[in-house]
Amino acid sequence: MKDDQTLGERLRESGISRRGFLKFCATTASMMALPPSMVPAIAAALETARRPSVIWLSFQECTGCTESLTRSHAPTVEGLIFDHISLDYHHTLQAASGEAAEEARRIAMEENHGNYLLIVDGSIPQKDGGVYSTIAGITNLAMLEEVAEGAAAIVAIGTCAAYGGLPHANPNPTGAASVSDIISGKPILNVSGCPPIPTVITGVLAHYLTFGTLPELDHLGRPKAFFGNSIHDRCYRRPFYERGQFAETFDDEGARKGWCLFKLGCKGPTTYNACATEKWNQHTSFPIQAGHGCIGCSEPDFWDRGGFYDALSVPTDDAGNILLGAAVAGAAAGAAVGLMNRKKQNTDTRAHEKVTVDDLNGD
Amino acid sequence: MTADAFLSFARGTGFDWALTIFVFGMLLRLFEVLSLGRKPDLSEGRGSGVQGGLKTIVTRTLPRAAVFAREPVRIINGYVFHIGFLAVLFLYEPHIELFDAKMGLSWPGLPTGIINALGVLTIFSLLLALALRLTSPVLKFLSTGSDYLAWLVTLLPVLTGYLAYNHMLLPYTAMLAVHILSVELLMVVAPFTKLTHMFSFMLARWYQGYRAGHRGVES
Amino acid sequence: MSRLQDIPIQVLDGQGGQSETGNVAPVLHEIRHALARLASTGESTSIDLSAIPFAPGDEAALFGLLGQGEVSAVVNALGETRIEETTYPGVWLVTHRSPQETVLSTQIEITRTPSLLSTPAEDLSDALDALDHYLSSPTAQESA
Repeated sequence: MKDDQTLGERLRESGISRRGFLKFCATTASMMALPPSMVPAIAAALETARRPSVIWLSFQECTGCTESLTRSHAPTVEGLIFDHISLDYHHTLQAASGEAAEEARRIAMEENHGNYLLIVDGSIPQKDGGVYSTIAGITNLAMLEEVAEGAAAIVAIGTCAAYGGLPHANPNPTGAASVSDIISGKPILNVSGCPPIPTVITGVLAHYLTFGTLPELDHLGRPKAFFGNSIHDRCYRRPFYERGQFAETFDDEGARKGWCLFKLGCKGPTTYNACATEKWNQHTSFPIQAGHGCIGCSEPDFWDRGGFYDALSVPTDDAGNILLGAAVAGAAAGAAVGLMNRKKQNTDTRAHEKVTVDDLNGD
Repeated sequence: MTADAFLSFARGTGFDWALTIFVFGMLLRLFEVLSLGRKPDLSEGRGSGVQGGLKTIVTRTLPRAAVFAREPVRIINGYVFHIGFLAVLFLYEPHIELFDAKMGLSWPGLPTGIINALGVLTIFSLLLALALRLTSPVLKFLSTGSDYLAWLVTLLPVLTGYLAYNHMLLPYTAMLAVHILSVELLMVVAPFTKLTHMFSFMLARWYQGYRAGHRGVES
Repeated sequence: MSRLQDIPIQVLDGQGGQSETGNVAPVLHEIRHALARLASTGESTSIDLSAIPFAPGDEAALFGLLGQGEVSAVVNALGETRIEETTYPGVWLVTHRSPQETVLSTQIEITRTPSLLSTPAEDLSDALDALDHYLSSPTAQESA
């Protein structure tokens, strides 16, 4: 594989026609959630795109993000893009192990210093010097700092890397932190989700590959093309919300008819992600389509935001006992104030002296 | 603080505090009035006090012809506001879900579009109410800071609810948090302003009606 | 425990039955506006259906409403792409498939001729070279 070839050259070398290339650009635009009018720009950019080195670090994670990603491209066009990156280190996917794997990482860092793309999944434990997760005897914290130093950009894949995720959930025993909690001064892009939608991961990588820059981000560092709308706003069940048609339980008439799941705790209104349009498993379905509300997995601390099955409009705590106390205290205080007023009234009445004609005439 | 954390506070600790103060304050005011007591009325009644009391609770809902003729706009606006506010509060599905979760009571709601329109109507009626208060010399003279505060804390929940639903001014998550907080502000302020009438109006009407009925006069 | 056959199953019409969501109508309006633009200014529009929130059955309902018109073409490049004019001339349904036949993307193009059908300019010179090469070869001269 020649490293100095552009993607356009490589595609043509592998026997793809110009129509095939156009089709590839059209589907890439669709994948990047860009409008079809961007196809010519994508075609032009892909003609000159170079092959970047990618180092993928997996920290305190469950490998769900990698699982998600590897399901995205196997039989599809995105595979062509992945043929085009040089994935130099990914300790779950690579053949090498042990010292050989770490050596591959060091070589990639040296040869591409300042130019490689760093992808991180999993949070980084910081407590007690970061001893709760190590690779080859190196703490995640130290490895992240070392590799981030020479990276051109960092992509945090999954809610753990982006915001701390599950390890960061209360009470956060390992002191888990996100990439952006630790690294500053580098462009960081968050592809949140637990796991993120595979086509969103590849779409973001395709964008970086094609244009050599990170796409426009929202206030939580996520690409606006995929995270610009809430699930609720793009949900095909939205018309039911507007009409006031809700499933009350998971097996009632409304649930069978596919009505809105707001009352069953759907967090769609406060969750920003592309599930409702991008969907999962080659555009097959997404949680709401399967009849379960959104749990908000692409938002920071989604695990600690109240029950998954409590409607958004319902308070998260059960204030029952405090309330009883408040009621008793209020009644008692009211009665006390009332009694005091009454006592005052009585005292005033007793202290009252009758006025006689003599008093009025005076002296 | 992120919008999500802000919303979590509003739905969690914030709501607990507001509800506690609301219940404490309302019962304080209620028992303060009740425990004052009245001297026993030893007179022989010419009519039924109970009947008069019950009747007045209903009849006071309608204005007297003479009063209505004097200030039709203010009275109609009062109806528009109260009906709009109560409909938005009690007939919007997410609100019903709140009552269901907290009190186990639920009832059918209205489509969101209608609630949205009623919200706009309610906001306008509140603005008109303020305008009427400021332009009428008598009303203006009688108004205290507490009246304006009551007006503000009533307006804010309706306004922020409208803004949140229509995705205006702030992102939805943040605006929803602001909306819930504005309701909590209303709950905290209500017991200590004239807004106690949300409960005490029945008591007052009953008392007036009972007295009049006992004496056999029109209430 | 209930067995599989004890679970009541209600089969709904999955073949383009009327969807309750009403998500199809806005797309039809978008197509209508694009068609008006094409007729007045000649500007083409392409709508990516994967960016549109559809309920199960909505897409089939849309395709059913658009119907099938006079032209249909297959492009064999990087898997099969099917290009079909709908019953509304100027409205094309373009389905890109991968070599493994999974649908990569579905687009509605509002244009006189979908761009993928016209021959790329670079291919013209390649074709010219190829034909010249053939004509100057001994085989061509023999058969002439």
